[in-house]
Amino acid sequence: MHIPRQWRTRDQRLSLMGEVCPKCGVKLFPPRDVCPECSGPAKEPFALSGRGAVYSYSTVYHAPEGYESYVPYTVALVRLEEGPMVTAQLTDVDKEQVAIGMPVEMVTRKIAEDGEDGAILYGYKFRPALEAGAAC
Amino acid sequence: MRQVSIIGIGQTKVDEHWDKSFRDLGVDAVLAAIQDAGSPPVEALYLGNMLAGQLTGQEHTAALVADYAGYRGIEALRVEAACAAGSSAFRVGYMAVASGLIDVAVVVGVEKMTDMLGNEVTAALASAADADYEVMHGVSFVALNALLMRRYMYEHQVERAAFANFAINAHRNAMNNPNAMFHAPLSEAAFGKARMIADPVSLLDSAPICDGAAAAVICPTARAREFSAHPVHVRASAVATDSLALHDRKDLLFLQAGRLSAQKAYAQAGAGPEDMDLFELHDAFTIMSALSLEAAGFAPRGQGVRLAQEGEIFLGGRIPISTMGGLKGRGHPVGATGMYQIVELAQQLRGEAGKNQVDCRLGMAQNIGGSGGTIITHIFESAD
Amino acid sequence: MTIMKPSREVGIAGYGAYLPRYRLPGSEVSRVWSEGEDESPVVEKAVAGLDEDAVTMAIEAARNAIARAGIRPQQLRAVWVGSESKPYAVKPSGTIVAQAIGATPNVTAADWEFACKAGTETMQASFALVGSGMGDYALAIGADTAQGRPNDALEYTAASGGAAYVIGPRENSLAYLEGSYSFVSDTPDFYRRAHEHYPRHGGRFTGDPAYFHHVEGAARHLMEELGYTAKDYAQAVLHQPNPKFPARAAKSLGFTPAQIETGLLVGRVGNTYAGSSILGLTAVLDEASPGDRILLVSFGSGAGSDAFSFVVTDLITERRRKAPATATYLARRREVDYAVYARYRNKLLMH
Repeated sequence: MHIPRQWRTRDQRLSLMGEVCPKCGVKLFPPRDVCPECSGPAKEPFALSGRGAVYSYSTVYHAPEGYESYVPYTVALVRLEEGPMVTAQLTDVDKEQVAIGMPVEMVTRKIAEDGEDGAILYGYKFRPALEAGAAC
Repeated sequence: MRQVSIIGIGQTKVDEHWDKSFRDLGVDAVLAAIQDAGSPPVEALYLGNMLAGQLTGQEHTAALVADYAGYRGIEALRVEAACAAGSSAFRVGYMAVASGLIDVAVVVGVEKMTDMLGNEVTAALASAADADYEVMHGVSFVALNALLMRRYMYEHQVERAAFANFAINAHRNAMNNPNAMFHAPLSEAAFGKARMIADPVSLLDSAPICDGAAAAVICPTARAREFSAHPVHVRASAVATDSLALHDRKDLLFLQAGRLSAQKAYAQAGAGPEDMDLFELHDAFTIMSALSLEAAGFAPRGQGVRLAQEGEIFLGGRIPISTMGGLKGRGHPVGATGMYQIVELAQQLRGEAGKNQVDCRLGMAQNIGGSGGTIITHIFESAD
Repeated sequence: MTIMKPSREVGIAGYGAYLPRYRLPGSEVSRVWSEGEDESPVVEKAVAGLDEDAVTMAIEAARNAIARAGIRPQQLRAVWVGSESKPYAVKPSGTIVAQAIGATPNVTAADWEFACKAGTETMQASFALVGSGMGDYALAIGADTAQGRPNDALEYTAASGGAAYVIGPRENSLAYLEGSYSFVSDTPDFYRRAHEHYPRHGGRFTGDPAYFHHVEGAARHLMEELGYTAKDYAQAVLHQPNPKFPARAAKSLGFTPAQIETGLLVGRVGNTYAGSSILGLTAVLDEASPGDRILLVSFGSGAGSDAFSFVVTDLITERRRKAPATATYLARRREVDYAVYARYRNKLLMH
């Protein structure tokens, strides 16, 4: 595992920390130094809510090295309510349930681990949105 | 700026070459192309490759191949742009010759994929995508194409079966190409029940993992007849880029870099899509064929798949594609693919395509890096 | 005085539950190990998915608790995770949780272990931190992916889940603390040695000298010192390793079955270890009314109990709507068979 590389992105992985462009106001994820909308410098952190909807999805049966133990798993493009699109796995969902437009919310899960004695990579996944509020 | 022509071509069969190393494949193609060109005085070698470091543990490949081909001492550089590495090397060779810095160059695309296991190759291929924000989530390269295909099917209301002819056409054309990996026809039924790799992309939507190398020798058009009786002229060479990550695209279902590079190429060639007699596109996945046809202007948005359904992509159709098998039928040794496209176009324009010969004067190749982050378009014209 | 009362009045500002989606019916364990002859003590138990562990469950419970408390994560001065299934033996779960919820860097973060009462230990400590004035808010979490050895009686119940509590000053609490009490002794009824995958336990020795002695001892003492009897409580939540133990202890303490019913989740959830009693409390708070008095008593093998007496405030009505209810997690349910359970809980030999 590339621990320094993963460490650098911990705020993105663990809490969807993006940016807002101070000039044009667009929300960005992942963060980048130059705003792709207005080419101004984009440096102001902005935490995305994690709420969004499935834009496209695919169930992966043949995984890249390091992800084999999770197959089959579903990956998706999720359009966040603030605008940015993110690529992530869906979790806690049967593949038959997934549909374009399905409301989802961000959760933090294990993404991969470097064997039983190696580091664990935690990061965002999305699952069908749960209702807040007392059920009874 | 000087006009540039192809004066020699060479290729290895695309296959699982258990007995051949990376350098063996590169040397075979280079020597075949140089021999085809009548052994001109080669000054430079440009090597297109994507994965040698990851899959064979070998970087610094251009000097290695130059040395083993007997050209120790010449200028030799490797060019990388994921699956567009092959034509990116051709682009660099073209710039070298067109600028006047180099007179005779050999360009070779080489990939050796079968030294590693499938899941390791899957992980290596994924490095064409955004490592921190796509690959880290277990998204394979196939899965990225599946995300495109699913959305395409949703927005344009097409079934998976609509893509079948892309694969069927590729396999049919590969039958007559001795250098192709597959020599077995593909039925619609087989396509329909193929097992999923990343739903809705099946094994039969996808180009195979394989080894291969293809090369071309280029020189100024003014000198082409010194070396070749049937040179092929480069009419356009254009590169454009887009975001690596699909999630950063403005319009997921449109290959912006494909459009930009095609438009630049059409402007250079003074031609349009209607003038192209054939189109070697990047059919790594059936969805890429549809998107490439749309980006290059052969079909309106959402209609690329119709060209397949209506048979317009077949050898006798309005715009034949994958005429020697394409990535699906000939095989997709990733960093070599761009050079296979160019070599096959040269075969067609030289009238050497055998049973698959298309009546042609102008042909276009479009090589796609990643899921569209780099797209390179070349247009060639026959000298005859 | 042996009960504990901080100098500054404190309470629960927010609470959050978490249960994974998967359920293993007890009948599946019985089918595999007794051809269906043995009767399961529970209907089913909650099973963590492939991508879950005590850290991921702690994070979700924590986010729910913070949402209810309505505080900024940066106001937290402690993030404490109680668990016996830490993903790392060395490397704090607390820092991962703190980073994920946005509480870093001005915060203390650590992991606590006391078998099934690690979660209430973090509450005791949080009450102390806030009660002393060292900080205004602390996050107390108990979460476990408990492992029962295949064919052990515990396999029916060893479950996954967790709960989190934002502890704060009384004036911002949805339930304030009247007093707490801890009661421990060296009683090795259940343990897991370092580097071992599964725990061992003393069979029936886990009952009278362990669970009942500590749970009843802690509860009785706290109620006596506060001048209450069972009748003063709207609800009581006792650690629930199985349905029988809390029922018997409650009866002995003078509680009616109705007084423990709301928080008795074990039959549908199993024993979520550090999450067990505090998940019962989230279920009770989901339905509590202002003024309700609630008794919480944990039990951890080894052994000891923490007991807490809370009074629900008016803030409950507004706050419980701000995160998913315990019942929402209970209803989010996907049954798995023993084979899938074996895969999810890492019981297949892969290397």
